[in-house]
Amino acid sequence: MSELTDLYQEVILDHNRRPHNFRVIEGATKQEGYNPLCGDRLTLYVAMDGGVITDVAFQGSGCAISKASASLMTDAIKGKTADEARALFDQFHAMITSDHAGPAADLGKLSVLAGVREFPTRIKCASLAWHTMKAAVASETDAPVSTE
Amino acid sequence: MATGVSSVAAQLRPGFGGPAAFEVAKIRADFPILTERVHGQPLVYLDSANTSQKPEAVLKAMDDYYRHANANIHRATHLLSERATALYEGARAKAAVFLNAPDPRTIVLTKGTTDGINLVAQSYGRATLKPGDEILLTWLEHHSNIVPWQLLAGQTGAVIKVVPINEAGELELDQFAALLSPRTKILAVGHVSNALGTINPIKAMIGQAHAAGAVVLVDGAQAAPHLAIDVQALDCDFYVLSSHKMFGPTGTGVLYGRAALLDAMPPYQGGGDMIASVTFEQTLYNQVPYKFEAGTPNIAGVVGFGAAIDYLAGIDREAALAHEDAVLEYATAQVRQIPGARIIGEARHKTGVLSFVLDGVHPHDAGTILDQQGVAVRTGQHCAQPVMDRFCIPATIRASLGIYNTREDVDALVRGLHKVRELFV
Repeated sequence: MSELTDLYQEVILDHNRRPHNFRVIEGATKQEGYNPLCGDRLTLYVAMDGGVITDVAFQGSGCAISKASASLMTDAIKGKTADEARALFDQFHAMITSDHAGPAADLGKLSVLAGVREFPTRIKCASLAWHTMKAAVASETDAPVSTE
Repeated sequence: MATGVSSVAAQLRPGFGGPAAFEVAKIRADFPILTERVHGQPLVYLDSANTSQKPEAVLKAMDDYYRHANANIHRATHLLSERATALYEGARAKAAVFLNAPDPRTIVLTKGTTDGINLVAQSYGRATLKPGDEILLTWLEHHSNIVPWQLLAGQTGAVIKVVPINEAGELELDQFAALLSPRTKILAVGHVSNALGTINPIKAMIGQAHAAGAVVLVDGAQAAPHLAIDVQALDCDFYVLSSHKMFGPTGTGVLYGRAALLDAMPPYQGGGDMIASVTFEQTLYNQVPYKFEAGTPNIAGVVGFGAAIDYLAGIDREAALAHEDAVLEYATAQVRQIPGARIIGEARHKTGVLSFVLDGVHPHDAGTILDQQGVAVRTGQHCAQPVMDRFCIPATIRASLGIYNTREDVDALVRGLHKVRELFV
């Protein structure tokens, strides 16, 4: 059960109950993300100015892992450039998919999601918001992003 | 090549000496995987609607096939090919008996339920539907009984109509009657709902659909492991099922079709074994059912499927169903007592499935926590997104039963759900 408490740390449960930046940003780029495996569905709003993410928020329904990950992501990427946000996704993705438990790059608060690597079926939950963000900053398209 | 099917059937009536009395402990001993431990806990398998576990007899039949009979079927003159062909055609004959089909010729061996539905849609449907014709589905259908018909509608200009369901997860039969018209050409309906466990009144629906002039396909994937099926008494035109839901291996299943329809239908896929003669100018197709079985099939899977049918024939299925119903009733009562639990699908006639949600907990999180305690359930949309949308929920936790499940399994589920609540609520 220790892996379970690694996965569902108090920080994650808190973000699930009271997600940060859980709101709509009028006029921002809007991107849908969907995980057909479990039905997680979120809408990400990204406001950018001169290549910098000035505000980011989300709405939707999902499991605790996907909701906490979206909440933590919005905190982490606000004020970053699109390139910096993408680079952070690469590091985050490496952390949640790494085979060995050694410390990856220090990702600050995002590190609470490192426990996901012990639960391969949940990696898509943790990465949904990030895939959606990548699509949002790459284009203005409204085509839904899927983890499938 | 396409001979001797009926004579094989005569030798393969099941029930040597009649079925034994139903004892769940004995049944459990037949399934080696049930002694497995997961995450250090004894396995509690409550995901049989997803795929069932396999008894030793099925595993042994497939192993024996590869050790003693492996060869291609219908093609060679040597002894191994004779053995392989007899086993393969034997399984077809057993499937005919299982469904009470009039003749093994009416049994097409497929890759499974999805393959069977696609076959009917692309062969029967594409040859017969015209723009404006209607295909009638229900709100309870699995995606595999929706998407093939949408593809067909796109190809032919036919229109899809859907029978709604009530709050209990039962079909609205007055709406069904109202939707039937001379434009209705195909009714495709599940015998048992995979997401909610509802048993649909298909016999009456088939009669009404026939009166309107429609052909009826029944998706029996979830019915086959629980209910006795008699395609002649039902009077359906097509009945499809999967081996893997009924204790056989994955990758094979059956399409029963009314002989006159199968004879008139064009081939589905081209290839070896489905032909009588081939020249570059003209190809003559084999007779049914071989016309629909292009290429080397999943022979070992079909052999295992045959063993699974034998296994079911060797148990008292009425007693097995009574046992399963009692476990389902117990599970329903136990889960209902958990604070914040809401059961989705409370049809009067149900089998094998308990779908529910827990307030404040997403099903996917519950699934992971249950798994850590050895309890395997399915969480998500169960390939039935319209059902989830109907109840305005993203997903459910689904505990589904097989003949081997017990009240102790339900108790483990309930203990697990209390742990979920400890962590989340």
